[in-house]
Amino acid sequence: MNENEMDDIVINEAYMDEFGTDDIIPGEISDNNLSKHLDVFKEIGNIGAGHAASALAGLLDRRISMSVPEASVLPFTEIVNVLDGPETTVAGVLIDVSGDLNGYILLLLSMEDAMAMVAQALHEEERDTTDPGFALTELEKDTLLEIANILVGSFLSAITSFSGLGATPTVPQLAIDMFGAILSIAMIEYGKIGDSVLFLKTQFNDLAGDINGHFFLIPDYNSYKILLNALGLDE
Amino acid sequence: MNDMAVIVVGMADLKVAKHPDTLTTLGLGSCVGITLFDRAKKIGGMAHCMLPTYKGFEGQNKAKFVDSAVIELINQLVRIGATRTALVAKIAGGAHMFGRSQNSDMLKIGERNAAAGLAILRQLAIPVQANDTGGSHGRTIELDIDSGALRIKTVGAGEKFI
Repeated sequence: MNENEMDDIVINEAYMDEFGTDDIIPGEISDNNLSKHLDVFKEIGNIGAGHAASALAGLLDRRISMSVPEASVLPFTEIVNVLDGPETTVAGVLIDVSGDLNGYILLLLSMEDAMAMVAQALHEEERDTTDPGFALTELEKDTLLEIANILVGSFLSAITSFSGLGATPTVPQLAIDMFGAILSIAMIEYGKIGDSVLFLKTQFNDLAGDINGHFFLIPDYNSYKILLNALGLDE
Repeated sequence: MNDMAVIVVGMADLKVAKHPDTLTTLGLGSCVGITLFDRAKKIGGMAHCMLPTYKGFEGQNKAKFVDSAVIELINQLVRIGATRTALVAKIAGGAHMFGRSQNSDMLKIGERNAAAGLAILRQLAIPVQANDTGGSHGRTIELDIDSGALRIKTVGAGEKFI
């Protein structure tokens, strides 16, 4: 063995005390809990998307149909390619959730889809989002937040009615940045239980093009257990 | 001359490489990117970590946690010929992507990841030559294993070398 090698490096206690977490019980829950019960999450997605489509139709003043949502548990190595790779600029809206369940719901949209919805809502021309100088105006950002709020609220009500748990959404926030960077919030929380992320993809049709909404439920560690219990999925 | 390769380090991943290769990781948000470099030997390594410590997660992927990733990186670098005491570090990422959140304990993870990176490097006596952490934007980083320069690209916050 190379004498330089340090297989026996020991991290000191002070570091562990400062940065460790006590509420994690190793192996208590895992990716398998999610994978085994994807049908339940798909059904939640279906009800949520149904509510979302009618809310969106009201807001955009046109008929909106939707495809059956997909629910997937994807490994970190695959999830980063969902929206054309980790460096692609996307629009992310994060909504805090509190009540019996605490955490976040994250909605991710391609810039093109975000622009299409905003343009429709504001009755304006769609601009080319690939133009280097492209940026949303403040009004467009507010409109996008409003749309996201409605979509996420629809999903949240599907979760609460399904699980019997109470949870209220607050303060939507927008970030326009790299897909990987925005998604890191979801991946880090899921990283505490394994190496995969649960996400729901819904397609809304009859807009200028089809819009793909990517929803990530991000319960905190304790809420995750509460949610699996309430859904009867803890086995 | 060898052909230069660009080696991509995924999320919760780490890689080591020699001159003339480049190591890169894309779209760092609240995760932290840590690079180690031996200038004399022109050997470098990069880790993309999600959480501060493997305590409580024993047996999981070492690259996912700041402390176990740095140790693993040192071991792999030494194995391919780097000198332990010659290593210098650069660190980037640890952003707070949604800064206005009320319920922000979960979101402060970026700050904790960056602090953990600095703490572990101090504990292992590895000098930190450059630090570009925090803020509310994503970063793509590229380590040139010749000069040791770390290129940082962002959306809307420009590009720089540290």
